[in-house]
Amino acid sequence: MFAKRIIPCLDCKDGRVVKGVQFVDLRDAGDPGELAAMYDREGADELVMLDISASREGRATLMETVNQVARRLFIPLAVGGGVRTLDDARRLLSAGADKVAVNTAAVERPDVISEIAAHFGRQAVVVAIDAKRPRDLAVKEIHGVTDSVSFTSEGVWTHFKPAPTAPPWKVLTYGGTRETDFRALEWAARAESLGAGEILLTSMDADGTQRGFDCELTAAIARSVHIPVIASGGAGSPEHFAEVFLCGAADAALAASIFHFGQHTLGNLKRFLATRGVPVRLVGNRSDAVESRGSRVES
Amino acid sequence: MIGLIDYGGGNVGSVLKAVEYLGHAARPVDRPELLTSATKIILPGQGHFGAMMSALGQRGLLAPLREMLTRGTPYLGICLGLQALYEASDEAPEAPGLGLLPGRVKRFEGVFKVPHVGWNQLEVQQESRLLQGIPHSSFVYYCHSYYGPVTEQSVAVTEYGQRYAAAVEIGPLWAVQFHPEKSSEVGLRVLKNFLDG
Repeated sequence: MFAKRIIPCLDCKDGRVVKGVQFVDLRDAGDPGELAAMYDREGADELVMLDISASREGRATLMETVNQVARRLFIPLAVGGGVRTLDDARRLLSAGADKVAVNTAAVERPDVISEIAAHFGRQAVVVAIDAKRPRDLAVKEIHGVTDSVSFTSEGVWTHFKPAPTAPPWKVLTYGGTRETDFRALEWAARAESLGAGEILLTSMDADGTQRGFDCELTAAIARSVHIPVIASGGAGSPEHFAEVFLCGAADAALAASIFHFGQHTLGNLKRFLATRGVPVRLVGNRSDAVESRGSRVES
Repeated sequence: MIGLIDYGGGNVGSVLKAVEYLGHAARPVDRPELLTSATKIILPGQGHFGAMMSALGQRGLLAPLREMLTRGTPYLGICLGLQALYEASDEAPEAPGLGLLPGRVKRFEGVFKVPHVGWNQLEVQQESRLLQGIPHSSFVYYCHSYYGPVTEQSVAVTEYGQRYAAAVEIGPLWAVQFHPEKSSEVGLRVLKNFLDG
């Protein structure tokens, strides 16, 4: 059975993890390596680190943070935030990232996607797209898109019915502060053709609201590209995650603020999704954990 | 000393990190003289089948690798490192594989999303040293567009549109289509089985 991925997101500023996914028993958010190992134990399928530093110095220390996180992390790690060039990607991948996420830089110079893909393989390139619906477009009932998606009991998408219209969501850049004239749907297809391995799709309408993902946007993008789509923005409850998988056709979902107040844990979220028929990877108790026998490099 | 074959396009860093975490010494190998002195070999293959076989040839690694495998040097192939064991791949029809497994590597068909990216389950077909201590139906992390067909040597299969070789074992020659260095506890156990055995 092919599982949907739940991916916690860590915000990093000036080399520190400032906003991680806070689990109930989290004691110390200070050591990125400890944090990473804990997410892995809790059953995270992957980790995303997003650099929100304003300064170039902050970006430089990101490499060290990535290195510390990656050192004891044995699940995929994607790093983004201010990645502009092939060299930025090279440094992050050398520091221990498996994938880099590009956003504004790709919109402004799309060739950066193919450059990174050519050097490191398309599995190393995630194109992050921030999308916003035009002001006059009403929110549709999410259940309206259910009949367009179809996956087998093994969790594998086999086909989608064609979309009736092309939804006009626009692409935003610079952290969602600038609106471009590009349509998200067309940009996603172009990113795929340039070599993107995955799309990280954030709804700027839903982001921060905790009222649910934008399933209409997610389904529109997910069924128009043949690469995985990671949904982001709006999650406030486990039910929202079920919706974005069952109605939004997402392959993965990013989790951030839902875990901040300790009401939900990753384990509980996945168990809930399993009861709703969403294929997920459940991790049992970790008494069988493989201990490190290597020398620990003290930081 | 464990040799991690570095042909310029693989995933050597992540695998090296995992090997060292498990308490073993390893070094990247990009020249024949470094390969022949290795006691065990890992080939972390990633990217394009043709590009990898060509890069191995250019670095003079292909012939010594073949010879060492024939001699029974313990080998762990990862991702493309499993696909290389077959006769050929549809991804690069002009590049022969090592021919140690019968059949041809093919691209996924009948599924909407390619590559297969994410966690999927191992269906154990027969007991093996490679999967010692790993529960049936464990999840492992995949990232690939091509797959090797199921053969007698497949000790586990995974289903993504169709069933394909997830792990193979032929005596000292082991290979996995998934990434053990990205598969959390299950992956570390596979590596441990190879390194300790």
